[in-house]
Amino acid sequence: MKILVCIKQVPDMESHFRPNGSATWFDESDLAFRMNEYDEYAVEEAVLLKEQLGGESEITVLSIGPDRVIEAIKKALAIGCDRAVHILEPEVTSREPWQIASIIAAYARGKQFDLIFTGMQSQDRGSAQVGVLVAELLGIPSTTTLVGFAWADGVVTATRELEGGVKGKVRLKTPALVTCQLGLNSPRYPTLPNIMKARKKEIATLQAGELSSEPPLTGSSSFRHPEKRGSGVVLEGSVDELVEKVIVILKDKTAGLR
Amino acid sequence: MKLLLVGEYREGKLLDTTAELLGFAAAIGGDASIFLVGSAEDVPAFSGTLYLADASLYGEYNPEVHKQLLLKAVEEGNPDLIVFIHSSYGWDLAPRIAASLRVAQLSEVIGIAGNAYEVGCCNAKMRRNVTPSTSKAVITIQAGAFPALQEGGAPVVKVLSTDVASTTEFVGYEPPEARDVNLAKAGIVVSAGRGIGKKENIEVIRSLARALGGELGASRPVVDAGWLDHGHQVGSTGQTVAPKLYVACGISGSIQHLAGMKKSGFILAINKDKDAPIGEVADVLVVADVLQFVPALTAKLS
Repeated sequence: MKILVCIKQVPDMESHFRPNGSATWFDESDLAFRMNEYDEYAVEEAVLLKEQLGGESEITVLSIGPDRVIEAIKKALAIGCDRAVHILEPEVTSREPWQIASIIAAYARGKQFDLIFTGMQSQDRGSAQVGVLVAELLGIPSTTTLVGFAWADGVVTATRELEGGVKGKVRLKTPALVTCQLGLNSPRYPTLPNIMKARKKEIATLQAGELSSEPPLTGSSSFRHPEKRGSGVVLEGSVDELVEKVIVILKDKTAGLR
Repeated sequence: MKLLLVGEYREGKLLDTTAELLGFAAAIGGDASIFLVGSAEDVPAFSGTLYLADASLYGEYNPEVHKQLLLKAVEEGNPDLIVFIHSSYGWDLAPRIAASLRVAQLSEVIGIAGNAYEVGCCNAKMRRNVTPSTSKAVITIQAGAFPALQEGGAPVVKVLSTDVASTTEFVGYEPPEARDVNLAKAGIVVSAGRGIGKKENIEVIRSLARALGGELGASRPVVDAGWLDHGHQVGSTGQTVAPKLYVACGISGSIQHLAGMKKSGFILAINKDKDAPIGEVADVLVVADVLQFVPALTAKLS
């Protein structure tokens, strides 16, 4: 079985974000990047499937971006992907979902992947579009927000997370694409021997512009912090000072409740 | 502007979120039609065109079938904007429509800013404006971002049909897991988030909950990591709570979590990140390391 996993590298969400010069997106300097959390579940699920299938399968991991994304690629290789494709795109943060999906679809077309795994969304853009767009461009079935995945005899049985704790079960024939939700599995940490082994794995480099030159369908502006709503108070100081202040607040708010 | 609102219907019932789509249409000032795979017995009350496909023929959500039906409504009504709720239905179906029409999609819109749309990004920590550059566009709106509008009236129904074959088969629903904790009735809820770092530290938060006489809640990452079971989860995929006092310990405040607790009477948040989105709903945000502050607070309370 041929498996493709698409991953994105995103900033640590606890970072302090500042707009770039044109305020279309964040300024990348001083940010630490890591693998998009949803994609960690996608990589793990692909590796679990490979383990289920034994030796007859191969996982390709793909990431689009500048050289920094190689770090995320190496992590995926250390977790168990077999080979990698780095699609070089220095301007990745200004590429929107339609363009990203067009690049991935152009790469995947004709390569006969049986299954494509992606995260359900990225933590930074959060569009939840790319996976489904790739499937539509390739003309293969897809389903989203997986919290359960099983494969047998060319059929995927997927459990989708719906609202209010309800789940929906669907079946689709491969080739297919699935997008992974948090909690689908327990992503493993790469071990040192596997990190060493991963160094020998192939990372092919392609140019994004040679795969697709679709124009953007949207424009972005005014990247900013949210306008503060309500009358929230921010307390800072030493732990002792903070405790004293909060005790007073809690006494007032919990009067009659206890 | 002509809007086509995509209503939701599940297991024989029109979902309430359909009224939020009408609220969005009123906010933007558009002429609204609704698309629904539902039942003629339970139609949204509004005065406009309802493109209706019979759910008893087409079953529960099937992406290929719903895509074909919705494309027929688009062809007939020629809308400028096709509007979904950003839900498991909307985020699954919307990109299929955008790809078929080759038009822009904007996800999880929370506001209207002139001819741009306001959206969240970076885990709801930041905002930006997005403008479609195609003449038609597909958007999904965040659940709860636009007030529900009970418009009233009776729509003009146009029946849609398709004979498309589908490669996806809907098997069935699984009900929510049984809960041993009833957070919805608690007067005080103290919740643990990812910021507590590891499973053992749940006890730190449990001690504070006990000292305050409240129930123990959790954000999604804590439940996903197996630190607490799903019965403790607060948020749109867990329980919705509105206690007199909500204490969020090390919770950054994803949209899904905020949707489940923002109606609490008083919200105290403890987070080392001053910019964490939980600060948007908190009455008091204590900027501190949760593992230093919470034990000190518990000791003082006991």
